[in-house]
Amino acid sequence: MNKVFTLLIALFLTASAVVIGLWATGLVQFGAGGKSGSSIVIAGAPQIGGAFELVNHKGEAVTNADFNGKLMLVFFGYTFCPDVCPTEMQTLSVVMEELGDDAGDAVPVFVTVDPSRDTVPVMAGFVEAFHPSFVGLTGSEAQIADIKKRYKVFSQRDENGDPEYYLVDHTSYTYLMDRKGDLITVFAYGTPPEDMVAKIREQL
Amino acid sequence: MRKMRFLSLILLAVVVTTGIYADPTSALSAEKDGVIVEDVWARARPDGAIVGGAFLTIRNDGKKAERLIDVRSPAARRVEIHESFMKDGVMSMAPTDAITIAPGEKIVLKPGGYHVMLMGLKENLSEGRRFPLTLVFDRAGEIEVSVHVKDAGAMAYK
Repeated sequence: MNKVFTLLIALFLTASAVVIGLWATGLVQFGAGGKSGSSIVIAGAPQIGGAFELVNHKGEAVTNADFNGKLMLVFFGYTFCPDVCPTEMQTLSVVMEELGDDAGDAVPVFVTVDPSRDTVPVMAGFVEAFHPSFVGLTGSEAQIADIKKRYKVFSQRDENGDPEYYLVDHTSYTYLMDRKGDLITVFAYGTPPEDMVAKIREQL
Repeated sequence: MRKMRFLSLILLAVVVTTGIYADPTSALSAEKDGVIVEDVWARARPDGAIVGGAFLTIRNDGKKAERLIDVRSPAARRVEIHESFMKDGVMSMAPTDAITIAPGEKIVLKPGGYHVMLMGLKENLSEGRRFPLTLVFDRAGEIEVSVHVKDAGAMAYK
């Protein structure tokens, strides 16, 4: 009886260690689109990604279909953010540099959560300061609300006592989408560029 | 001759390890009453941007704690000390009243933590520019430094 109990405890501890280990890698995968061997699929988690209609930083109307055939690195933020967003943009720029000859297979996408201030020219000025492959996406309040919903992005305007210089709290994940627009994995803020590059190379 | 070379190597080692060689960028630092402000930089912002952020290092070589209580700059209409923080995957930013620097300690304002928030930029922060920034401490008073505008994705002064 005691032996069975001990065995059960050992099994439980092993299982816990495995779960914690997977969690600690920071590469927990949501959705049911897992194809690569190292991915983790959380059953029942909501689907992330899908169709969108937005406007790029050149003023052209684009949809998710325009990105088909390429891996997408999607990051949500706002150009008025002087700290965290440029940092993540810099990380993605380094990723693109490190991909070298394979950079053409991936496209970094910056989606604003602040469309009222992030107009097309503002977006252009922002993304063009980083890697030339960057695509900035803005749109109407409704269009942005729709893509935020599809990517499970949370953002909240903080008035900061000023209607002009308000701040926006927002989720800071970077999503790696496959060539069909399905989620491969989510990178937490602060994930080193080389880890992203390694994950992207698995898909090439 | 050999001895000379050896001596100069020793001298170089001393100079490098003790940090007493003339770093051309250190002109952008300032000291007052044991408070040293150095490595002051900002990220370039697109033309027409109305918000920017500046970063710097404060060293307190004094014997008492020092507090940074205010920041001012002619480059922006409103200048505040802000802190970025992450909670449950949501990145937030909020003003903070003061930053305390214990004696013998240094505080680095850097991306992802504290920064000087410049709201209502009066001039473009283009790469290579410099603009003045005044830090107000509760003991040392005002210290004015020059902010060096680096590239848009710069992560540190050097």
